[in-house]
Amino acid sequence: MRNPYRTQAVAFFFLLLATLLIVVPVGLVVVIIVQKGLPAVNWTFLSDIPRQGMRAGGIFPAIIGTFYLVSGAILFALPIGLLAAVYLTEYAKDNLLTRIIKLAIVNLAGVPSVVYGLFGLALFVVFFKFGASILSGSLTLGIMILPIIITTSREALESVPASFREVSLSLGVSKWQTIRHIVLPNAIPGILTGTILGLGRAAGETAPILFTVAAFYLPQLPGSVFDQVMALPYHLYVISTQVPNVDEKIRYGTAFVLLALVLFMNLIAIVIRSKFRKKKKW
Amino acid sequence: MRKFKEFIIEKLILACGVASIFFVVLIFLFLVKEGLAVFRSVSFSHFMFGHKWYPISEPPHLGILPLILGSILVTIGAAVISVPIGVGCAVYIAEIAPLRVKEILKAGIELLAAIPSVVLGFVGMVTLVPLVKNIFHLPTGLTALSGSVMLAFMAMPTIVSIAEDALYSVPKNYKEGAFALGATHWQTIWRVMLPAASSGIVAAVMLGIGRVIGETMAVMMITGNAAILPKSILVPVRTLTATVAAEMGEAVVGSEHYFALFAIGIVLFVISFMINVTADLFLHRRP
Repeated sequence: MRNPYRTQAVAFFFLLLATLLIVVPVGLVVVIIVQKGLPAVNWTFLSDIPRQGMRAGGIFPAIIGTFYLVSGAILFALPIGLLAAVYLTEYAKDNLLTRIIKLAIVNLAGVPSVVYGLFGLALFVVFFKFGASILSGSLTLGIMILPIIITTSREALESVPASFREVSLSLGVSKWQTIRHIVLPNAIPGILTGTILGLGRAAGETAPILFTVAAFYLPQLPGSVFDQVMALPYHLYVISTQVPNVDEKIRYGTAFVLLALVLFMNLIAIVIRSKFRKKKKW
Repeated sequence: MRKFKEFIIEKLILACGVASIFFVVLIFLFLVKEGLAVFRSVSFSHFMFGHKWYPISEPPHLGILPLILGSILVTIGAAVISVPIGVGCAVYIAEIAPLRVKEILKAGIELLAAIPSVVLGFVGMVTLVPLVKNIFHLPTGLTALSGSVMLAFMAMPTIVSIAEDALYSVPKNYKEGAFALGATHWQTIWRVMLPAASSGIVAAVMLGIGRVIGETMAVMMITGNAAILPKSILVPVRTLTATVAAEMGEAVVGSEHYFALFAIGIVLFVISFMINVTADLFLHRRP
């Protein structure tokens, strides 16, 4: 008979191996980009426009473009997502409609990013005639991050104990006032986490903005929401596949800035969440 | 007056609540609106099973079979790599890792999920592609295999976090019962925990695969983009998603090419819809 402890040791070794096979490459990716990208980043790189066919200069317009797109997306998605979460936690009954809403959220989260791009093209660019613009891109990204905002806000609202609501209601306060003054303030850290995660996702996605806003090369800054902009992820795609002979430093630098931006936001979200969990008094 | 205000607010909340349904339907309607027009010029079976994708030749050949096979090939490769590793890692995190290590690993997995796909694609281009080229002595490293490896890393966070959740939600007394009967930790995991969490793990795998099929940028950057019927995993292929992303910029609005790309969008939407609904059924199955 086989020794069960020996089997266990072998099995645990393979499980550890599997874990390392994920962790080590991820670490390598981050290390490579930091190591080769960080030296390329300086003030000129961050504040200058791309020059000589994007083979020199900086990435300022792409940073600004991403900033506009992400702000627009969150302006659109946060109110809708938050209220949707309020509906699901405070109002929804356990019925077919609620089941369908939840299924719709799951599906919205699973729709391939390039399909969002197609949708944005068909609805905002062509049908509403917004053209390729910040408006179209932001709305497309906004719909894409909606499920993230809803899911995290919902978790935050659900973690507020039912007794808080009961006390408030028993004092004769109306349902909306209870939500507004009791539930939402207690859920703010969780909602903030979701918002930041949504921001990070919107900043990193390329496919949804390909046909709705992203400009190949556009050094001047946008004047209105109907202008195109450059965006960081698309710029990285362009200089690594579409433009030949771009200096490696510029590619790594751009990748570094994008990665740092996204990971920084995620890190903030993780920190807020863990602080909130520790501080929770109930 | 206050009653009226609250009435308005509650209606607004309801409207936002159903907004998700509205958007899913809207996405589908607009894909269909633009995509179905392609079937005026090419039959459904010709579109799905045609061997040639030459969208800008005269007359255009709009058969997406090479693209479907490209997607399937890359996806199978990614699944073979990511499923065992992902589930293994989930078991390690849920069952074996000490508490501190567990927290760090979970944060690490979350960070992996957050890396933008275009960054992973870039890293794949500069590291993995030359590696594959040298190992297999190929004319180019831009192959289905490179795509599979890179995509495996994009599927893993999904697989790990959902499978870990599933293992975590197995009732504690199952495990205690097994221990009380004298089973080793591994026997408990293998015979009790994994079977008990199986529907959640199936859902995790499906959602991971869904992520792979829908992934666009990394795939476009490292699979080589050759729209031909793939003969092995060491040749360049082109996936459904990459085709849309690469060609929509040049397609003229209202042309057959444009309609065909939207029809590909319908195919992708339907695939992701089916995967998500099935996975959801598995996740909510009561044992």
